[in-house]
Amino acid sequence: MVPSPTLAVNIAPLRDVHKALIRLRVNGETHEVYVPVHKTLLEVLREDLNLTGTKHGCELGECGTCTVLVDGEPVLSCLALPIELQDRDIVTVEGLAERGVPHPLQVAFAELGAAQCGYCTPGILVAAKSLLDQNPRPTLDEIKEALAGNLCRCTGYIKILEAVELAAQRMTGNWKRETGNWGTGSGA
Amino acid sequence: MRLPAFRYLAPKTLAEASRMIADAGPDGMLVSGGTDLFPNMKRLQFDPRILVGLRHLSELLGVSGDPHRGMRIGAATPLHQLGLHPAIRARYPALATAAGSVATPQIRRMGTLGGNLCVDTRCNYYNQSYEWRRAIGFCMKRDGDVCLVAPGSPRCVAVSSSDTAPAMMALQATVVLSGPDGERTLPVAALYHDDGMAYLAKRPEEILTAILLPPVDGLRNTYWKLRRRGSFDFPILGVAASLRLDGDGTCTDARIVLGAVASRPVEAIEAEKLLLGQRLTSDLIEEAAMAAYRPAKPLDNTDLTLAYRKRMARVFVARALRELANLP
Repeated sequence: MVPSPTLAVNIAPLRDVHKALIRLRVNGETHEVYVPVHKTLLEVLREDLNLTGTKHGCELGECGTCTVLVDGEPVLSCLALPIELQDRDIVTVEGLAERGVPHPLQVAFAELGAAQCGYCTPGILVAAKSLLDQNPRPTLDEIKEALAGNLCRCTGYIKILEAVELAAQRMTGNWKRETGNWGTGSGA
Repeated sequence: MRLPAFRYLAPKTLAEASRMIADAGPDGMLVSGGTDLFPNMKRLQFDPRILVGLRHLSELLGVSGDPHRGMRIGAATPLHQLGLHPAIRARYPALATAAGSVATPQIRRMGTLGGNLCVDTRCNYYNQSYEWRRAIGFCMKRDGDVCLVAPGSPRCVAVSSSDTAPAMMALQATVVLSGPDGERTLPVAALYHDDGMAYLAKRPEEILTAILLPPVDGLRNTYWKLRRRGSFDFPILGVAASLRLDGDGTCTDARIVLGAVASRPVEAIEAEKLLLGQRLTSDLIEEAAMAAYRPAKPLDNTDLTLAYRKRMARVFVARALRELANLP
């Protein structure tokens, strides 16, 4: 893009672009990319690794749809630099299914209609996966808190919360829907 | 929106980072979590040619000490960890609450305590894209020469928007700054100027390395935050309060610090004086809240209305003090 003359007054002239060979481990697979260091993780995932499941939203940290997991923790890929994440374990929505079998969260979201346009879904799925990996029997409040950084602009959040509850129930097996309580089986 | 191009430097030690940022001069900026810097860079509020990354420096990581002896928190410690730290939650709840209420779960995992203490001041006329700012004629904080909130103002009135800064002031914490000439410590209160542009007393080549919390020694403390939504939002009012009460309930120490009412956190000194040497009753708390409300002078440059934000300063000071005094 050629800056317009008015923009050029305030934007520094074209600079030598600092590129680096960066090693990223995404969904268990190691990639080497030679990219400008100012490209965000979101841009590298989508444009250099063709992993377009992670979505561009606000790109300013205000919506959560670009959420990915780094070493199991949800972070915003639109504000992360690949050069700072070398050899860390990155998981995107493409990494949720195992050998073609969808993750229980994905099944529950589909069954309960917890997606409308679907744009926020990849970020919510990985944020919810991080929660359930660390806290397999979350309360409703804990689910709400874990998803407090992900906006959905189609509809309410009720089906989303129900889908996470259902997935947790299926993954652990002893959550009582009628009472909203975890059973007293072993480990509960 | 994309980031403007920059060179990224990854120092291995604090000494190396100090040299790099000093060598970079006005072209350089420090980055740790990046959750404040990168959105601002995308909007061309900052346009550094060189970024010096701090997040991997071991000197800036980790929480040590305990509430009896005081604690040291590395400046690059993620906010998320502070919100969960058992000793901080138990004894420095003002800090745990403030750190745990910043932005979103994702941002708290990326953003650091040092970054939140140094977070850029905010304003409706400033936190906008380059094109938006150009269309309205730019303000003095970036690219222009007038204040669009208060056109007669000789200085920028952008708002201090840190949650942890008022909490740290109420806890009487100090910061450690490391520069080319060595280290110095400052009370957190002395880290800030009431100027939306030159809001930090930290020199550009200095690196905030750690925050020191004094021994808790019976200091009750809390933090109350006002914002439109329960998540995401910066504070449009923060109230951090701390009290020491002796055996019969007499107040021997009081700090009340308001966030997001000026370009720096504001200590409500008159309100504190009213509490000292007194037992906290509902009437006294109302009187102190009224005294704390007077120095709160929010301007019409953040979310929600001016009158409401000012009124809530009184309400939140009263609620914070009632909580600390165990009054219903």
